[in-house]
Amino acid sequence: MGADLTRHVKRNIVAYIALLPMAAVVIFAYLGTMAWSVRLSFSSSKLLPRNDFVGFAQYVTLFDTSRWQTSLGNLAIIAFFFLLICFVLGCLLAIFIDQNVRAESLFRTVFLYPYAMSFVVAGLIWQWILNPDLGIQHTMHGLGFSGFVLDWVVNPQMVLYAIILATVWHGSGLVMALILAGLRGVDTEIWKATRIDGIPAWRVYVSIVLPMLRPMIITSLVLLSISIVKMYDVVVAMTNGGPGTASEVPAKFIMDNLFERANIGLATAASTVMLVTVLLVMAPVIYSQYFRKSGRAS
Amino acid sequence: MSQAKSATTKRPLTYHEVWGRVGIYAFLGVLALFFLLPLYVMLVTSFKSMDEVRLGLIFSLPQQFSIDAWVKAWTSACTGLECTGLQVGFGNSVKILVPSVVLSILLGALNGYALSFWKVRGANVLFACLLLGSFVPYQVFIYPLVRFYAKTGIYGSLPAIVITHIIFGMPVMTLLFRNYYSGLPLELFKAARIDGAGFWKIFFSIILPMSVPIAIVAVIMQVTAIWNDFLLGLVFAGRDNLPMTVQLNNIVNTTTGERAYNVNMAATVLTSLVPLTVYLVSGRWFVRGIASGAVKG
Amino acid sequence: MSSVSLQNIDISYGNVPIVKKLDLTIKDGEFLVLLGPSGCGKSTLLNAIGGLTDVSGGSIFFNDKDVTWTDPKDRGIGMVFQSYALYPTMSVERNLSFGLRIAGIDRATIEKKVKWASELLQIDHLLDRKPSALSGGQRQRVAIGRALVRDADIFLFDEPLSNLDAKLRAELRLEIKKLHKTLKSTMIYVTHDQIEALTLADRIAVMKDGIIQQLDTPLNVYNKPANEFVGSFLGSPAMNKVEGRLVSEGESRFFIAGDFRLDVSRYPFAQNIESSRKVVLGLRPEHILPANGSAAAIEGQVSLVEPMGSNILAWSTFDGVSLSHLVGQDDSCEADRTFPVTIDVQKASFFDAETGWRL
Ligand SMILES: Nc1ncnc2c1ncn2[C@@H]1O[C@H](COP(=O)(O)OP(=O)(O)OP(=O)(O)O)[C@@H](O)[C@H]1O
Ligand SMILES: [Mg+2]
Repeated sequence: MGADLTRHVKRNIVAYIALLPMAAVVIFAYLGTMAWSVRLSFSSSKLLPRNDFVGFAQYVTLFDTSRWQTSLGNLAIIAFFFLLICFVLGCLLAIFIDQNVRAESLFRTVFLYPYAMSFVVAGLIWQWILNPDLGIQHTMHGLGFSGFVLDWVVNPQMVLYAIILATVWHGSGLVMALILAGLRGVDTEIWKATRIDGIPAWRVYVSIVLPMLRPMIITSLVLLSISIVKMYDVVVAMTNGGPGTASEVPAKFIMDNLFERANIGLATAASTVMLVTVLLVMAPVIYSQYFRKSGRAS
Repeated sequence: MSQAKSATTKRPLTYHEVWGRVGIYAFLGVLALFFLLPLYVMLVTSFKSMDEVRLGLIFSLPQQFSIDAWVKAWTSACTGLECTGLQVGFGNSVKILVPSVVLSILLGALNGYALSFWKVRGANVLFACLLLGSFVPYQVFIYPLVRFYAKTGIYGSLPAIVITHIIFGMPVMTLLFRNYYSGLPLELFKAARIDGAGFWKIFFSIILPMSVPIAIVAVIMQVTAIWNDFLLGLVFAGRDNLPMTVQLNNIVNTTTGERAYNVNMAATVLTSLVPLTVYLVSGRWFVRGIASGAVKG
Repeated sequence: MSSVSLQNIDISYGNVPIVKKLDLTIKDGEFLVLLGPSGCGKSTLLNAIGGLTDVSGGSIFFNDKDVTWTDPKDRGIGMVFQSYALYPTMSVERNLSFGLRIAGIDRATIEKKVKWASELLQIDHLLDRKPSALSGGQRQRVAIGRALVRDADIFLFDEPLSNLDAKLRAELRLEIKKLHKTLKSTMIYVTHDQIEALTLADRIAVMKDGIIQQLDTPLNVYNKPANEFVGSFLGSPAMNKVEGRLVSEGESRFFIAGDFRLDVSRYPFAQNIESSRKVVLGLRPEHILPANGSAAAIEGQVSLVEPMGSNILAWSTFDGVSLSHLVGQDDSCEADRTFPVTIDVQKASFFDAETGWRL
């Protein structure tokens, strides 16, 4: 066995060397940093890391912090509506574009271009359009509709929906592109069979075609979910968490505590919470998506 | 779609079908307007003078077409006290972009090649960890990385941000190339080995030349991702290398006094020009990138 | 039970005409096979009968009822596709019953029909499986089952067996034939496999470039091909074709190609042929027989022999004309020797050299 291994490594030594950068990145940049982040969350670190151990004290503080509670609540609301709207809208766009429309590629280009832009840009643009002193509301007032109110970005009750609007604008093209690619792969004879069976078109989509597109649907949901968890840029650009703390999100909470509030222990506790959540949610998806069909050189 | 793909007909469409068609175009048309609205507002505002902006008609076309705002955004817009315009950020972004894209693609190709053609024990576990890592929010890694760069003395420098982009681009790039190479015939590799070619020879003479299509996809993905990055640039690039997105946000959100909306919008369009151009030119390749990079962060 | 009548049908994709001025009547309970090379418009025509492709001219009648613009689901048809087109996310049972459920048929009836069809096709033990867990032959049965439960009067098959291996194809061919016997419904079956066509059909319609070349019983299509195309499209090994002239000498008539000369007085010409008309002689290999001492024998120089199992295909030259012919295993026919044969002129075919039509 040992001799076998030595011979195997010798024969493939260059391949082992070539994979060293990747090994270093995984071990140090991913696993190492992750481990250290988790370790720090059990310390009393403030401005500088400390090596003491305070148990779950930081976590207790964290969940007592109203800003963190708000952040989590906001994230839940944003995630729910963002995923729902993006998915439904993206599917509808794909299905409608698939009806043999003219100027198909023009429509495709228009619906996907926001995805090519940065979240910062998305946040800034919608901030302007929804800004009551400048955007749609102002324009409507100028046209004589003085009762018109569209003040989402400065209204604590509505600011989350402003962010949802901007992110939906940014992301639904992604769903459209993936679903459309899937629709194009559906055997045309399946469509013929459903016509012989007399199944109405909407029923065909719901009962037959969308279930067939499961891989595309999972892919797009995974991509959208990741962008939600990581959501930071768009909030900073659009509202910077305001008004007040009405649009705080966890990623911003962590960044603020790391770099402005010098509360590393609390920040790492928060990031550990995010880490665990993501791993719990993503592990089954990743497993089913990538590892069952893993490459041949295993 | 099945109806649509049928042969030409001389049968007139029924009322039902006519209204169906009208409905489809109405739906798509209205949504297209919604999607284009921000771009339109940005463009028209950026060509207006401030006097016109103050009128508050964001949808009206500029009465006096002026490129002053663009010039100002490019050369003299202020971030705090410095008034050097976006050109600095543009230069920084290019400085960050070029080495990051080249190196991350080369490494991704190398990893993908070693993973799909060579037997390296433990490589798949390593790859699994890498993929898993790409789902984790950056916030988990950021602080330890900051400390690490600080220790090695490169914190806040060009190498730091380039290395960071390579690290966080590695999962997608590796996945992209690995999947592509898994689709190449294994016989090709075997034939080359029988011809006596070694690891690097096969990589550079056979595999890399066959990688052009996937490399194009990789370039599109990395250019867009790195150009649009905000968080990593903000944290790691340091004051002198802040990328365009960060500078844009600073220009827009830190100005005091009256906001020069026309300049801000010109700045926003300028910042989006590179990814938009990539998007418009690459067309279907862009979609292919999205589909194959399902773990993109 | 239904008859089908196509009148003056035109079908085109964009400006490209695919099917041209086609007339075809299929009798009640008939098994009609549409046979033709790839791309000749068979599927297009079948789709038009099913209402999946709109015609650009002409009319379609089922039982004297004009169904040209009737919706596919209201035509009383069942259709089986080449790629099976099973709904991949549904179980076999669901695949069979989905259309019935949509039509709002009550549960008991659905169950009865599914049971009947699945037992008839011997797929009742597979009802809970997904299509991906079935073999090709089983999938094809499910696809047929889906057509069966629809109580169709007319069944349309679009190359249903072409994705199967040779053995399975032979098996299912037999089953489809039995099914037709049992159900006695009208069936229209598209294929480019001549064996399928010859074994299954009551009548065969041979198509080329969107035009029916010949519509007749399998025997007639094989033995009396209406033109050169039909003659060479059917039959394996393929028909020999020799260009030459017909010459009358008194009571007798000869076919002459260079030095080759054949007495064709006994061939039943359908029309009067003027002397020295240019023709093409079509001769199937099995109609050139070992002479066995017959007086009318002609000698051939054998150049190549291909054993084909039950018999041997020999390639020989007769006075400068090369013909393939079948010989038995005991006939001691070897390459580079001579071999005497007789030609069964009554079973030969003559085609006009210009138009290709049968004389
Ligand atoms: N959707 C379409 N658009 C344009 N042309 C088409 C379309 N579908 C088929 N055709 C053309 O119509 C002709 C007839 O096609 P059809 O499918 O009927 O052939 P077929 O006889 O069924 O051939 P096969 O045996 O290969 O199935 C072909 O030349 C094909 O290229
Ligand atoms: Mg066909």
